[in-house]
Amino acid sequence: MNPALLLASRLSALILAVAVAVHLAVIIHAVRNGLTASALLARTEGNWAFLIFYCIFVLAAAVHAPIGLRLVLSEWFGWEGRLADRLLVAFAILLAALGLRAALAVFLA
Amino acid sequence: MLQLEIWRGGATGGFRTYRIPLREAQTVLDAVTEVQRTQDATLAYRFSCRVGMCGSCAMMVNDRPRWTCRTRVAAVAPRGRLRLGPLRHLPVVKDLVVDMAPFFAKWQRAHGRFDPGPEPASEFARVPPGEPERRAADAGIECIGCGICYAACDVVGWTPDYLGPAALNRAWTLVNDARDRGGTARLDAVAQSGGCQNCHSHMACSETCPKGIAPTYAIAGLKRLAMRAALGMRR
Repeated sequence: MNPALLLASRLSALILAVAVAVHLAVIIHAVRNGLTASALLARTEGNWAFLIFYCIFVLAAAVHAPIGLRLVLSEWFGWEGRLADRLLVAFAILLAALGLRAALAVFLA
Repeated sequence: MLQLEIWRGGATGGFRTYRIPLREAQTVLDAVTEVQRTQDATLAYRFSCRVGMCGSCAMMVNDRPRWTCRTRVAAVAPRGRLRLGPLRHLPVVKDLVVDMAPFFAKWQRAHGRFDPGPEPASEFARVPPGEPERRAADAGIECIGCGICYAACDVVGWTPDYLGPAALNRAWTLVNDARDRGGTARLDAVAQSGGCQNCHSHMACSETCPKGIAPTYAIAGLKRLAMRAALGMRR
């Protein structure tokens, strides 16, 4: 792993540590108060803070997961090289696309 | 009696059992020597100084790498049984002897050698003993090159390209040497694929180092410097 990837991995982990904690806290809060799906959507719709938070969360995950996966593939299966890197970039794009689509969907709901 | 299971053969082979008297203050190296001198003269093992200086007698003792000259049998074989094998992650030459060439080749790859620069220094370097760089170098300088950390490191096993704790520790001591002129090239060498970023900070190296060195901290230092260099920041 080169220093740039390590830096990206560590910085995205910093963001994820906060984002996951907030995400879980919100889920627990929402479930404990018995919010329905429609009540949740009413809170997320048009909520810019929500959208920005989840966009950052999704992008951090899309950066972090493929870098970790790259190391796992290399260390556990000895699979590395250009093809592996290209597939991992595709995986990052897929994660980002799916995540951003989901965040946008509940924002526009 | 002390029962020893000792690896016989090369990369393929098996453990053979020997029994010798249990003696007071006996070291693991004493036990191997007794087997070789009284029972099986073909047993191959390596040692030199017998006092923890040369780093040549390291082997796997009950699946953990140790220096055998300073390891008492009583401390590692409470039930009178020992299982001895060659160091992990290195090619086995015969029995308990491994080929250390790949280990030291990685020291070279990590630029683990003093670089005086193109011109001899015109002045003596003044190095106050208390300055942070001198203390960082001091922390890792007593390495005897025994290969125990290399055998203990799981990342070395997973990533054969990985430089390993000893080579990176040596690089770190040189990075902190005010007289050395090879810092930039060395940092490039240890920041490559297979370099310091591959360390998972499991600390097996630091746990097993017989000299009490913590290569994990040396590697963390290299990671910091490599990251700063990647960001275009000077030290």
